[in-house]
Amino acid sequence: MSLYFTKEHEWIRVEGDTATVGISQHAQHALGDIVFAEAPDVGKTLDKGQEAAVVESVKAASDVYSPVSGEVTEANPAIADDPSIINSDPEGEGWFFKLRLADPAELDGLMDEASYRDWSSKL
Amino acid sequence: MADVMDLELQKLPLDGWHRARGGRMVPFAGYEMPVQYEGILAEHLWTRESAGLFDVSHMGQLMISGPQADAALETLLPGELKLLGDGKLRYSLLLNEAGGIIDDLMATRRGEQFYVVVNGATKHGDIEQLERRLPQGTVVDHMKEQALLALQGPRAVEVLEALAPGVSELTFMTGGAFRIGDVPAWISRSGYTGEDGFEISVGAGAAEQVADALMESSLVKPIGLGARDSLRLEAGLPLYGHDLDEQTTPVMADLTFAIQKRRRAEGGFAGADRILAELEQGPVQKRVGFTVEGRQPVREGARIMDGEGNEVGRVTSGGFSPSLQRPIGMGYVATALSAPATRLTLEQRGKLFPAEVVPMPFVPHRYHRKKG
Repeated sequence: MSLYFTKEHEWIRVEGDTATVGISQHAQHALGDIVFAEAPDVGKTLDKGQEAAVVESVKAASDVYSPVSGEVTEANPAIADDPSIINSDPEGEGWFFKLRLADPAELDGLMDEASYRDWSSKL
Repeated sequence: MADVMDLELQKLPLDGWHRARGGRMVPFAGYEMPVQYEGILAEHLWTRESAGLFDVSHMGQLMISGPQADAALETLLPGELKLLGDGKLRYSLLLNEAGGIIDDLMATRRGEQFYVVVNGATKHGDIEQLERRLPQGTVVDHMKEQALLALQGPRAVEVLEALAPGVSELTFMTGGAFRIGDVPAWISRSGYTGEDGFEISVGAGAAEQVADALMESSLVKPIGLGARDSLRLEAGLPLYGHDLDEQTTPVMADLTFAIQKRRRAEGGFAGADRILAELEQGPVQKRVGFTVEGRQPVREGARIMDGEGNEVGRVTSGGFSPSLQRPIGMGYVATALSAPATRLTLEQRGKLFPAEVVPMPFVPHRYHRKKG
Protein backbone atom coordinates (compact mmCIF):
# COMPACT_ATOMS: atom_id res chain seq x y z
CA MET A 1 0.00 0.00 0.00
CA SER A 2 1.41 3.39 -0.93
CA LEU A 3 0.25 6.92 -0.37
CA TYR A 4 0.84 9.77 -2.79
CA PHE A 5 -0.18 13.44 -2.97
CA THR A 6 -0.73 16.03 -5.71
CA LYS A 7 0.12 19.72 -5.77
CA GLU A 8 -3.66 20.31 -5.84
CA HIS A 9 -3.83 18.69 -2.39
CA GLU A 10 -5.48 15.40 -3.29
CA TRP A 11 -4.18 12.18 -1.74
CA ILE A 12 -4.32 8.77 -3.39
CA ARG A 13 -3.83 5.49 -1.54
CA VAL A 14 -2.98 2.59 -3.85
CA GLU A 15 -3.68 -1.08 -3.12
CA GLY A 16 -2.96 -3.35 -6.07
CA ASP A 17 -4.72 -1.93 -9.11
CA THR A 18 -7.28 0.12 -7.18
CA ALA A 19 -6.83 3.42 -5.36
CA THR A 20 -8.77 5.64 -2.94
CA VAL A 21 -8.81 9.42 -3.44
CA GLY A 22 -9.53 12.29 -1.05
CA ILE A 23 -8.31 15.75 -0.06
CA SER A 24 -5.48 16.39 2.37
CA GLN A 25 -5.49 17.68 5.92
CA HIS A 26 -3.91 20.87 4.60
CA ALA A 27 -6.72 21.27 2.04
CA GLN A 28 -9.56 20.80 4.52
CA HIS A 29 -7.96 23.30 6.87
CA ALA A 30 -7.62 25.88 4.10
CA LEU A 31 -11.21 25.34 2.94
CA GLY A 32 -12.76 25.64 6.40
CA ASP A 33 -16.18 24.26 7.28
CA ILE A 34 -17.29 21.96 4.46
CA VAL A 35 -21.04 22.01 3.78
CA PHE A 36 -21.33 20.09 0.52
CA ALA A 37 -19.45 17.34 -1.31
CA GLU A 38 -20.26 15.43 -4.47
CA ALA A 39 -18.35 12.35 -5.60
CA PRO A 40 -18.28 11.14 -9.24
CA ASP A 41 -20.68 8.48 -10.51
CA VAL A 42 -19.53 4.88 -10.38
CA GLY A 43 -18.44 3.73 -13.83
CA LYS A 44 -17.22 7.14 -14.91
CA THR A 45 -13.83 7.17 -16.63
CA LEU A 46 -11.52 9.91 -15.44
CA ASP A 47 -8.37 11.27 -17.03
CA LYS A 48 -5.42 12.29 -14.90
CA GLY A 49 -6.04 15.87 -13.78
CA GLN A 50 -9.71 15.83 -14.74
CA GLU A 51 -12.34 17.42 -12.46
CA ALA A 52 -13.70 14.47 -10.54
CA ALA A 53 -15.62 15.81 -7.53
CA VAL A 54 -16.85 19.03 -5.96
CA VAL A 55 -16.31 20.25 -2.42
CA GLU A 56 -17.82 23.42 -1.01
CA SER A 57 -17.07 25.15 2.25
CA VAL A 58 -19.00 28.05 3.72
CA LYS A 59 -16.51 30.29 1.96
CA ALA A 60 -15.92 28.79 -1.48
CA ALA A 61 -16.36 26.00 -4.02
CA SER A 62 -13.41 23.84 -5.11
CA ASP A 63 -12.91 21.07 -7.61
CA VAL A 64 -11.23 17.81 -6.71
CA TYR A 65 -9.07 16.52 -9.56
CA SER A 66 -8.33 12.90 -10.26
CA PRO A 67 -4.62 12.31 -9.47
CA VAL A 68 -4.43 9.55 -12.10
CA SER A 69 -6.53 8.07 -14.91
CA GLY A 70 -8.98 5.26 -14.22
CA GLU A 71 -12.56 4.11 -13.83
CA VAL A 72 -14.55 5.03 -10.72
CA THR A 73 -15.49 1.86 -8.82
CA GLU A 74 -16.99 3.32 -5.65
CA ALA A 75 -18.19 6.70 -4.32
CA ASN A 76 -18.29 7.45 -0.60
CA PRO A 77 -21.95 8.05 0.35
CA ALA A 78 -20.92 9.33 3.79
CA ILE A 79 -19.49 12.62 2.46
CA ALA A 80 -22.82 13.54 0.86
CA ASP A 81 -24.76 12.73 4.03
CA ASP A 82 -22.35 14.48 6.39
CA PRO A 83 -19.75 16.61 4.59
CA SER A 84 -18.21 17.63 7.93
CA ILE A 85 -16.37 14.27 8.08
CA ILE A 86 -14.07 15.69 5.40
CA ASN A 87 -13.01 18.28 7.99
CA SER A 88 -12.74 15.85 10.88
CA ASP A 89 -11.04 12.95 9.05
CA PRO A 90 -9.97 14.07 5.55
CA GLU A 91 -7.41 11.34 4.98
CA GLY A 92 -9.58 8.54 6.43
CA GLU A 93 -13.40 8.42 6.69
CA GLY A 94 -13.69 11.51 4.50
CA TRP A 95 -12.45 9.82 1.31
CA PHE A 96 -14.25 10.75 -1.94
CA PHE A 97 -14.02 7.86 -4.42
CA LYS A 98 -12.13 4.73 -5.48
CA LEU A 99 -10.88 4.01 -8.96
CA ARG A 100 -9.25 1.24 -10.96
CA LEU A 101 -5.89 2.48 -12.23
CA ALA A 102 -5.56 2.75 -16.01
CA ASP A 103 -1.80 3.32 -15.95
CA PRO A 104 0.16 2.73 -12.71
CA ALA A 105 3.12 4.56 -14.25
CA GLU A 106 1.22 7.82 -13.72
CA LEU A 107 1.90 7.47 -9.99
CA ASP A 108 5.57 8.19 -10.59
CA GLY A 109 4.92 11.90 -11.06
CA LEU A 110 3.21 12.33 -7.68
CA MET A 111 4.70 13.35 -4.34
CA ASP A 112 5.32 10.91 -1.53
CA GLU A 113 3.93 11.73 1.90
CA ALA A 114 7.11 13.22 3.38
CA SER A 115 7.67 15.48 0.38
CA TYR A 116 4.06 16.65 0.41
CA ARG A 117 3.96 17.42 4.15
CA ASP A 118 7.18 19.34 3.86
CA TRP A 119 6.05 21.25 0.75
CA SER A 120 2.53 22.04 2.00
CA SER A 121 3.78 23.21 5.40
CA LYS A 122 5.64 26.01 3.63
CA LEU A 123 2.64 27.29 1.63
CA MET B 1 -7.42 60.29 -5.34
CA ALA B 2 -5.59 56.98 -5.09
CA ASP B 3 -7.63 53.84 -5.44
CA VAL B 4 -7.89 51.92 -2.17
CA MET B 5 -6.74 48.76 -3.94
CA ASP B 6 -3.47 50.41 -5.00
CA LEU B 7 -2.48 51.18 -1.45
CA GLU B 8 -0.70 48.79 0.82
CA LEU B 9 -3.07 46.90 3.08
CA GLN B 10 -3.73 48.75 6.31
CA LYS B 11 -3.73 47.18 9.73
CA LEU B 12 -6.63 47.39 12.16
CA PRO B 13 -5.98 48.81 15.63
CA LEU B 14 -6.62 45.27 16.91
CA ASP B 15 -4.37 43.54 14.34
CA GLY B 16 -2.09 41.86 16.90
CA TRP B 17 -5.07 41.02 19.10
CA HIS B 18 -6.74 39.11 16.24
CA ARG B 19 -3.56 37.21 15.38
CA ALA B 20 -2.99 36.26 19.02
CA ARG B 21 -6.47 34.70 19.06
CA GLY B 22 -5.88 32.63 15.92
CA GLY B 23 -7.61 34.98 13.51
CA ARG B 24 -6.96 34.02 9.88
CA MET B 25 -6.22 37.35 8.23
CA VAL B 26 -7.35 38.15 4.67
CA PRO B 27 -7.43 41.34 2.59
CA PHE B 28 -10.79 43.11 2.79
CA ALA B 29 -11.70 46.72 2.04
CA GLY B 30 -8.04 47.69 1.99
CA TYR B 31 -7.33 46.15 5.41
CA GLU B 32 -6.00 42.89 6.72
CA MET B 33 -9.01 41.48 8.54
CA PRO B 34 -9.86 38.26 10.39
CA VAL B 35 -12.10 36.02 8.24
CA GLN B 36 -12.42 33.41 10.99
CA TYR B 37 -10.97 32.17 14.28
CA GLU B 38 -12.24 28.70 15.24
CA GLY B 39 -14.46 28.33 12.16
CA ILE B 40 -17.29 30.14 10.41
CA LEU B 41 -20.08 27.71 11.34
CA ALA B 42 -19.21 27.67 15.03
CA GLU B 43 -18.81 31.45 15.15
CA HIS B 44 -22.09 31.97 13.35
CA LEU B 45 -24.04 29.72 15.71
CA TRP B 46 -22.30 31.20 18.77
CA THR B 47 -23.48 34.68 17.75
CA ARG B 48 -27.07 33.43 17.35
CA GLU B 49 -27.10 31.87 20.82
CA SER B 50 -24.66 33.90 22.94
CA ALA B 51 -22.57 36.98 22.07
CA GLY B 52 -20.05 37.57 19.28
CA LEU B 53 -17.43 40.32 19.19
CA PHE B 54 -16.71 41.80 15.75
CA ASP B 55 -13.99 44.29 14.85
CA VAL B 56 -15.46 46.57 12.19
CA SER B 57 -12.88 49.32 12.51
CA HIS B 58 -12.45 49.28 8.72
CA MET B 59 -15.79 51.05 8.42
CA GLY B 60 -15.79 54.80 7.94
CA GLN B 61 -16.93 56.88 10.91
CA LEU B 62 -17.82 60.42 9.88
CA MET B 63 -19.12 63.45 11.75
CA ILE B 64 -21.13 65.81 9.58
CA SER B 65 -21.61 69.31 10.94
CA GLY B 66 -22.52 72.79 9.82
CA PRO B 67 -25.64 74.93 9.80
CA GLN B 68 -28.63 72.64 9.21
CA ALA B 69 -26.63 69.47 8.72
CA ASP B 70 -29.94 67.58 8.57
CA ALA B 71 -31.23 69.58 5.60
CA ALA B 72 -27.83 69.32 3.94
CA LEU B 73 -27.75 65.53 4.20
CA GLU B 74 -31.34 65.30 2.99
CA THR B 75 -30.19 66.58 -0.42
CA LEU B 76 -28.26 63.31 -0.96
CA LEU B 77 -30.09 60.84 1.32
CA PRO B 78 -33.79 59.91 0.95
CA GLY B 79 -34.33 59.45 4.70
CA GLU B 80 -36.20 61.69 7.14
CA LEU B 81 -33.41 63.39 9.07
CA LYS B 82 -34.98 66.72 10.06
CA LEU B 83 -37.42 64.99 12.40
CA LEU B 84 -34.96 62.35 13.59
CA GLY B 85 -34.69 62.61 17.37
CA ASP B 86 -31.45 63.15 19.25
CA GLY B 87 -29.54 59.88 19.68
CA LYS B 88 -31.70 58.08 17.11
CA LEU B 89 -30.25 56.08 14.22
CA ARG B 90 -31.58 55.86 10.71
CA TYR B 91 -30.56 53.44 7.97
CA SER B 92 -30.11 55.43 4.79
CA LEU B 93 -28.54 55.52 1.35
CA LEU B 94 -26.09 57.87 -0.33
CA LEU B 95 -27.51 58.38 -3.82
CA ASN B 96 -26.14 59.57 -7.13
CA GLU B 97 -28.11 62.01 -9.27
CA ALA B 98 -29.76 59.11 -11.13
CA GLY B 99 -31.00 57.58 -7.87
CA GLY B 100 -28.36 54.82 -7.86
CA ILE B 101 -26.89 53.74 -4.54
CA ILE B 102 -23.33 54.96 -3.87
CA ASP B 103 -23.36 53.41 -0.39
CA ASP B 104 -25.67 52.35 2.41
CA LEU B 105 -25.07 53.80 5.84
CA MET B 106 -26.29 54.52 9.36
CA ALA B 107 -26.88 58.15 10.34
CA THR B 108 -27.31 59.15 13.99
CA ARG B 109 -28.37 62.58 15.17
CA ARG B 110 -25.96 63.80 17.85
CA GLY B 111 -27.32 67.24 18.69
CA GLU B 112 -26.94 69.39 15.60
CA GLN B 113 -24.38 67.01 14.11
CA PHE B 114 -24.80 63.68 12.36
CA TYR B 115 -22.58 60.70 13.10
CA VAL B 116 -22.52 58.60 9.94
CA VAL B 117 -21.06 55.09 9.61
CA VAL B 118 -20.31 53.98 6.03
CA ASN B 119 -18.83 50.86 4.47
CA GLY B 120 -15.07 50.37 4.62
CA ALA B 121 -14.54 49.62 0.93
CA THR B 122 -16.42 52.75 -0.12
CA LYS B 123 -15.51 55.25 2.59
CA HIS B 124 -12.96 57.29 0.65
CA GLY B 125 -15.31 57.66 -2.32
CA ASP B 126 -18.17 58.56 0.03
CA ILE B 127 -16.16 61.32 1.70
CA GLU B 128 -15.21 62.72 -1.69
CA GLN B 129 -18.88 62.66 -2.77
CA LEU B 130 -20.09 64.28 0.45
CA GLU B 131 -17.48 67.03 0.36
CA ARG B 132 -18.21 67.80 -3.29
CA ARG B 133 -22.00 67.56 -3.26
CA LEU B 134 -23.14 68.72 0.19
CA PRO B 135 -24.11 72.40 0.43
CA GLN B 136 -21.32 74.85 1.26
CA GLY B 137 -20.59 75.19 4.94
CA THR B 138 -21.20 71.50 5.69
CA VAL B 139 -18.09 69.90 7.16
CA VAL B 140 -17.22 66.19 6.90
CA ASP B 141 -14.83 64.98 9.59
CA HIS B 142 -13.40 61.49 9.03
CA MET B 143 -12.90 60.16 12.57
CA LYS B 144 -9.86 58.07 11.70
CA GLU B 145 -8.81 57.82 15.33
CA GLN B 146 -11.94 55.83 16.24
CA ALA B 147 -12.19 52.04 16.31
CA LEU B 148 -15.58 50.33 15.94
CA LEU B 149 -16.53 47.10 17.67
CA ALA B 150 -19.83 45.24 17.49
CA LEU B 151 -21.16 42.95 20.20
CA GLN B 152 -24.03 40.92 18.76
CA GLY B 153 -26.29 38.18 20.04
CA PRO B 154 -28.98 37.49 22.65
CA ARG B 155 -26.49 37.64 25.55
CA ALA B 156 -24.80 40.86 24.37
CA VAL B 157 -26.94 43.07 26.58
CA GLU B 158 -26.02 41.40 29.85
CA VAL B 159 -22.31 41.42 28.99
CA LEU B 160 -22.23 45.07 28.01
CA GLU B 161 -24.53 46.29 30.80
CA ALA B 162 -22.01 44.97 33.34
CA LEU B 163 -19.28 47.13 31.77
CA ALA B 164 -21.31 50.15 30.64
CA PRO B 165 -24.25 50.54 33.04
CA GLY B 166 -27.33 51.96 31.33
CA VAL B 167 -26.88 50.45 27.87
CA SER B 168 -29.69 47.98 28.55
CA GLU B 169 -32.10 50.92 28.49
CA LEU B 170 -31.25 51.71 24.88
CA THR B 171 -33.77 50.38 22.38
CA PHE B 172 -33.07 49.25 18.81
CA MET B 173 -31.71 52.09 16.65
CA THR B 174 -30.88 54.43 19.53
CA GLY B 175 -27.48 55.39 20.92
CA GLY B 176 -25.72 57.46 23.51
CA ALA B 177 -22.46 58.37 25.26
CA PHE B 178 -21.28 55.86 27.88
CA ARG B 179 -18.07 54.84 29.64
CA ILE B 180 -16.52 51.39 29.61
CA GLY B 181 -14.31 51.67 32.69
CA ASP B 182 -12.45 54.93 32.07
CA VAL B 183 -12.90 54.76 28.28
CA PRO B 184 -15.45 57.11 26.70
CA ALA B 185 -17.58 55.23 24.17
CA TRP B 186 -20.43 56.03 21.80
CA ILE B 187 -22.71 53.00 21.95
CA SER B 188 -25.76 52.27 19.83
CA ARG B 189 -28.17 49.35 19.89
CA SER B 190 -27.76 48.25 16.29
CA GLY B 191 -25.86 45.81 14.13
CA TYR B 192 -25.65 43.67 11.02
CA THR B 193 -26.63 40.20 12.23
CA GLY B 194 -30.39 40.39 12.84
CA GLU B 195 -29.73 39.83 16.55
CA ASP B 196 -30.01 42.21 19.46
CA GLY B 197 -26.66 43.86 20.01
CA PHE B 198 -24.54 46.95 20.12
CA GLU B 199 -22.01 48.89 18.11
CA ILE B 200 -19.28 50.54 20.16
CA SER B 201 -17.13 53.41 18.94
CA VAL B 202 -14.00 54.00 21.02
CA GLY B 203 -10.62 55.64 20.46
CA ALA B 204 -8.28 53.31 18.59
CA GLY B 205 -5.81 53.41 21.47
CA ALA B 206 -8.44 51.99 23.85
CA ALA B 207 -9.80 49.32 21.49
CA GLU B 208 -7.68 46.53 22.92
CA GLN B 209 -8.61 47.38 26.50
CA VAL B 210 -12.32 47.34 25.59
CA ALA B 211 -12.04 44.12 23.56
CA ASP B 212 -10.24 42.41 26.44
CA ALA B 213 -12.86 43.60 28.93
CA LEU B 214 -15.65 42.16 26.75
CA MET B 215 -13.76 38.89 26.27
CA GLU B 216 -13.48 38.40 30.03
CA SER B 217 -17.04 37.10 29.87
CA SER B 218 -17.25 33.45 28.89
CA LEU B 219 -20.34 34.41 26.88
CA VAL B 220 -18.22 36.28 24.32
CA LYS B 221 -16.11 34.91 21.46
CA PRO B 222 -14.41 36.81 18.63
CA ILE B 223 -16.20 36.47 15.28
CA GLY B 224 -14.67 36.95 11.83
CA LEU B 225 -15.88 38.34 8.52
CA GLY B 226 -17.02 34.92 7.29
CA ALA B 227 -19.72 34.61 9.93
CA ARG B 228 -20.53 38.31 9.63
CA ASP B 229 -21.46 37.60 6.01
CA SER B 230 -23.53 34.47 6.69
CA LEU B 231 -25.32 36.18 9.62
CA ARG B 232 -26.29 39.23 7.57
CA LEU B 233 -27.43 37.03 4.69
CA GLU B 234 -29.76 35.07 6.99
CA ALA B 235 -31.03 38.42 8.29
CA GLY B 236 -31.83 39.49 4.70
CA LEU B 237 -29.51 42.50 4.94
CA PRO B 238 -27.85 43.63 1.70
CA LEU B 239 -24.08 43.95 1.34
CA TYR B 240 -22.84 46.94 -0.61
CA GLY B 241 -20.84 46.08 -3.73
CA HIS B 242 -22.72 42.79 -4.01
CA ASP B 243 -26.46 43.31 -3.45
CA LEU B 244 -26.33 47.07 -3.95
CA ASP B 245 -24.41 49.24 -6.41
CA GLU B 246 -24.73 52.43 -8.41
CA GLN B 247 -27.02 50.71 -10.91
CA THR B 248 -29.57 49.79 -8.23
CA THR B 249 -32.06 52.19 -6.69
CA PRO B 250 -33.61 51.93 -3.20
CA VAL B 251 -36.86 50.73 -4.81
CA MET B 252 -35.14 48.00 -6.85
CA ALA B 253 -33.26 46.96 -3.72
CA ASP B 254 -36.53 46.66 -1.77
CA LEU B 255 -35.35 49.29 0.71
CA THR B 256 -38.36 51.58 0.41
CA PHE B 257 -38.74 51.55 4.21
CA ALA B 258 -35.74 53.92 4.17
CA ILE B 259 -37.75 56.60 2.32
CA GLN B 260 -40.06 58.17 4.88
CA LYS B 261 -43.45 59.74 4.20
CA ARG B 262 -42.42 63.40 4.02
CA ARG B 263 -39.56 62.61 1.67
CA ARG B 264 -41.94 60.73 -0.66
CA ALA B 265 -44.29 63.71 -0.67
CA GLU B 266 -41.64 66.40 -1.06
CA GLY B 267 -38.79 64.71 -2.93
CA GLY B 268 -35.78 66.99 -2.95
CA PHE B 269 -33.08 64.28 -2.81
CA ALA B 270 -30.67 63.05 -5.47
CA GLY B 271 -32.48 60.95 -8.07
CA ALA B 272 -35.89 61.75 -6.54
CA ASP B 273 -37.66 61.96 -9.92
CA ARG B 274 -36.74 58.41 -10.83
CA ILE B 275 -37.18 56.98 -7.35
CA LEU B 276 -40.61 58.54 -6.80
CA ALA B 277 -41.70 57.27 -10.23
CA GLU B 278 -40.48 53.78 -9.33
CA LEU B 279 -42.35 53.95 -6.04
CA GLU B 280 -45.54 54.67 -7.96
CA GLN B 281 -45.11 52.34 -10.93
CA GLY B 282 -42.92 49.64 -9.47
CA PRO B 283 -39.31 48.93 -10.48
CA VAL B 284 -38.31 46.81 -13.47
CA GLN B 285 -36.28 44.48 -11.25
CA LYS B 286 -36.41 43.78 -7.57
CA ARG B 287 -34.16 42.24 -4.92
CA VAL B 288 -35.60 39.01 -3.52
CA GLY B 289 -34.53 36.21 -1.22
CA PHE B 290 -34.70 32.56 -2.25
CA THR B 291 -34.10 29.11 -0.88
CA VAL B 292 -32.32 26.50 -3.02
CA GLU B 293 -33.25 22.82 -3.20
CA GLY B 294 -30.61 20.36 -2.06
CA ARG B 295 -27.46 21.16 -0.11
CA GLN B 296 -25.11 22.79 -2.62
CA PRO B 297 -24.61 26.55 -2.18
CA VAL B 298 -25.35 28.76 -5.19
CA ARG B 299 -23.17 31.83 -5.07
CA GLU B 300 -22.88 35.37 -6.36
CA GLY B 301 -22.93 35.59 -10.15
CA ALA B 302 -25.13 32.56 -10.83
CA ARG B 303 -27.83 33.17 -13.43
CA ILE B 304 -31.50 33.28 -12.40
CA MET B 305 -33.99 31.95 -14.95
CA ASP B 306 -37.77 31.77 -15.22
CA GLY B 307 -39.71 28.58 -16.01
CA GLU B 308 -38.91 28.88 -19.70
CA GLY B 309 -35.16 29.23 -19.25
CA ASN B 310 -35.01 32.99 -19.91
CA GLU B 311 -32.45 34.84 -17.81
CA VAL B 312 -34.33 37.18 -15.46
CA GLY B 313 -31.51 38.24 -13.16
CA ARG B 314 -28.41 37.27 -11.21
CA VAL B 315 -27.60 35.99 -7.75
CA THR B 316 -25.91 38.77 -5.75
CA SER B 317 -25.28 36.87 -2.49
CA GLY B 318 -25.55 33.17 -1.86
CA GLY B 319 -24.31 30.63 0.59
CA PHE B 320 -25.07 27.92 3.06
CA SER B 321 -27.23 29.03 5.98
CA PRO B 322 -25.74 27.60 9.18
CA SER B 323 -28.95 28.23 11.13
CA LEU B 324 -31.30 26.68 8.55
CA GLN B 325 -28.77 24.06 7.33
CA ARG B 326 -29.64 24.74 3.71
CA PRO B 327 -28.50 27.02 0.88
CA ILE B 328 -30.08 30.47 0.66
CA GLY B 329 -29.41 33.56 -1.39
CA MET B 330 -30.57 36.88 -2.70
CA GLY B 331 -30.57 38.38 -6.13
CA TYR B 332 -32.46 40.53 -8.59
CA VAL B 333 -35.35 39.27 -10.69
CA ALA B 334 -37.92 40.82 -13.02
CA THR B 335 -40.58 42.29 -10.72
CA ALA B 336 -43.23 39.93 -12.13
CA LEU B 337 -41.24 37.05 -10.59
CA SER B 338 -40.61 38.64 -7.20
CA ALA B 339 -43.65 37.35 -5.29
CA PRO B 340 -43.04 34.76 -2.55
CA ALA B 341 -43.50 31.13 -3.70
CA THR B 342 -42.43 31.96 -7.27
CA ARG B 343 -40.37 29.10 -8.69
CA LEU B 344 -36.99 30.01 -10.20
CA THR B 345 -34.14 28.05 -11.74
CA LEU B 346 -30.55 28.98 -10.95
CA GLU B 347 -27.59 28.07 -13.12
CA GLN B 348 -24.07 27.72 -11.76
CA ARG B 349 -21.15 26.15 -13.67
CA GLY B 350 -23.57 24.47 -16.07
CA LYS B 351 -25.67 22.89 -13.35
CA LEU B 352 -29.33 23.80 -12.71
CA PHE B 353 -30.82 24.32 -9.24
CA PRO B 354 -34.54 24.69 -8.46
CA ALA B 355 -35.19 27.63 -6.13
CA GLU B 356 -38.16 29.41 -4.61
CA VAL B 357 -38.69 33.07 -3.71
CA VAL B 358 -39.23 33.46 0.04
CA PRO B 359 -39.83 36.50 2.25
CA MET B 360 -36.80 37.89 4.05
CA PRO B 361 -35.39 37.75 6.66
CA PHE B 362 -34.64 34.03 6.40
CA VAL B 363 -34.06 33.92 10.15
CA PRO B 364 -36.35 36.21 12.19
CA HIS B 365 -34.84 39.44 13.53
CA ARG B 366 -34.61 39.61 17.30
CA TYR B 367 -34.08 43.32 17.78
CA HIS B 368 -34.85 44.97 21.12
CA ARG B 369 -37.55 47.33 19.89
CA LYS B 370 -39.26 50.02 21.89
CA LYS B 371 -42.51 48.73 23.37
CA GLY B 372 -45.84 50.24 22.37
